[in-house]
Amino acid sequence: MTDKFISIEGIARRYPGADGKETTIFEDLWLSMKRGEFGCVIGHSGCGKTTVLNILAGLDQPSEGAVIVDGQAIEGTSLDRAVIFQSHALLPWRTVLGNVAYAVTSKWRNWDRAKVKAHAQKFIDLVGLTGSEHKRPSELSGGMKQRVGIARALSITPKIMLMDEPFSALDALTRGTLQDEVRRICLETGQTAFMITHDVDEAIYLADKIFLMTNGPGAVLAEIVENPLPKDRGRIDLHRHPLYYAVRNHIVDFLVSRSKTFAATVTDHDPRNVPVVRPGKPELVLAAEAEDSIEASWPSLARPSTSCS
Amino acid sequence: MTFSLRFRAAVVSIVLFAAFLGIWHLATRSTGAVGNMSPEYAKLMGLTATQGKSAMPGPLDVGAKLWEHLRQPFYDNGPNDKGLGIQLGYSIARVGLGYFLAVIVAIPLGFLIGMSPLISKALDPFIQVLKPISPLAWMPLALYTIKDSSISAIFVIFICSVWPMLLNTAFGVAAVRKEWINVARTLEVGTVRRAFTVILPAAAPTILTGMRISIGIAWLVIVAAEMLVGGTGIGYFVWNEWNNLSITNVIIAILMIGIVGMLLDQILARFTRMVTFPE
Repeated sequence: MTDKFISIEGIARRYPGADGKETTIFEDLWLSMKRGEFGCVIGHSGCGKTTVLNILAGLDQPSEGAVIVDGQAIEGTSLDRAVIFQSHALLPWRTVLGNVAYAVTSKWRNWDRAKVKAHAQKFIDLVGLTGSEHKRPSELSGGMKQRVGIARALSITPKIMLMDEPFSALDALTRGTLQDEVRRICLETGQTAFMITHDVDEAIYLADKIFLMTNGPGAVLAEIVENPLPKDRGRIDLHRHPLYYAVRNHIVDFLVSRSKTFAATVTDHDPRNVPVVRPGKPELVLAAEAEDSIEASWPSLARPSTSCS
Repeated sequence: MTFSLRFRAAVVSIVLFAAFLGIWHLATRSTGAVGNMSPEYAKLMGLTATQGKSAMPGPLDVGAKLWEHLRQPFYDNGPNDKGLGIQLGYSIARVGLGYFLAVIVAIPLGFLIGMSPLISKALDPFIQVLKPISPLAWMPLALYTIKDSSISAIFVIFICSVWPMLLNTAFGVAAVRKEWINVARTLEVGTVRRAFTVILPAAAPTILTGMRISIGIAWLVIVAAEMLVGGTGIGYFVWNEWNNLSITNVIIAILMIGIVGMLLDQILARFTRMVTFPE
């Protein structure tokens, strides 16, 4: 049971189109994650990544299929699954403390005020906002707002943290520090996390597993990339790691070309057994890059280590 | 040296007011004795004919009369001679009561309309038809069914102030940001708690704006309603003084209606600021 903490089983999402026909955003999507793993979904806009996350959160229902978390099919939203929203979604009429305390009182309804406050304070301290407890969201910078969002999500000690492009609205510097915070917290607490991003470097830094989705409509999960970089990787020297460019090029190549042509070229794709790729052999990548052929570069790199799970 | 905008605006206001008073004074001043007439006839004709005094009171007359009223705002010498304070008190009480009833009905109903697309669509035709009806058009029906002129006036206030509040509440509730609702949903917040902790604070500025529009309309309508129902109130006072041909009192009443209306609006504006949140 432990090796499939989250199991997305054959979900699909269809919307009724304008002409009465249904548009399929994605279908037959299978995906699983272990406890304590950090998963990142990468794909172009419109491939349904946010819908997948919303289904996991319980904010949206799949048209088909089911999602099982910790041995139980999910039904609606749950305090076990906290969401960090892209737009931080703080309640602007509440202070920082008020926003976090709102989540705390939602989880532990019979706690007294002092206990709630102490608990909320702990998580405000954790994200480095000590001293700003009584500020309102309008007085905070974008990065600080998102820190409150993170504190609010963590304060209910969820089984899974779901993040929908949480840092995409932030400047590069703030994004970097917040990525560090999230990575530190997830490693320290063994938090299972599922994140959606557009940022390849963010995915390589944070994720253990990177899920590559093809373009929608009719998107599929094409590949799972296992991050070959060591657990103790740092953001500063990430790009110096010998395997960094192998992973990065593999993902970028996918986004640039293969995400469009995947459905047409790969005919034997089995959505239940998505190939797991572990990019390696850095010297091969560099050599391939010199040959300046993108199409030629990835098979030589990825195919040898491709295996089916 | 530069003065603050506020100070300069105040100076301009005072100058304009002084100019207004000056023109008013000049336009209504006596033109001196006119014509020869027998003393008996002159007595009958009054000052307008004998001293060329304008029939329109000047600012000094109004000021003197106003001072008299302000010194004794609450005297009561019978049904047709009550202090301005008493008359205004009646009007404010009627507006307050009708407005309060409207709040009780409009805000919960507005919540319902805002939260349920079904109710919203179902009630829409009724609201569209009822909203443009002049509140005074209800008066005969109210008098016939309620059989009490004072309560009828309160009903008219109710019916005129209910619509802006209802529509604004419904709009405010329906327009609450989806992400705030989603926050409450992911935190498994129940419907009632969600209504009070997310939807109400989020919609409060819009609701209060509706309430502010309503109090303005209610105060406009009470004057007309009291002219119709009679007995007490500032509207009745205006009409009564018109029948007495006391233009001075009519002007004072107009001034008072304006001041009280402004105060009511300011009170609601203050409440609106209290619930408004910066984003």
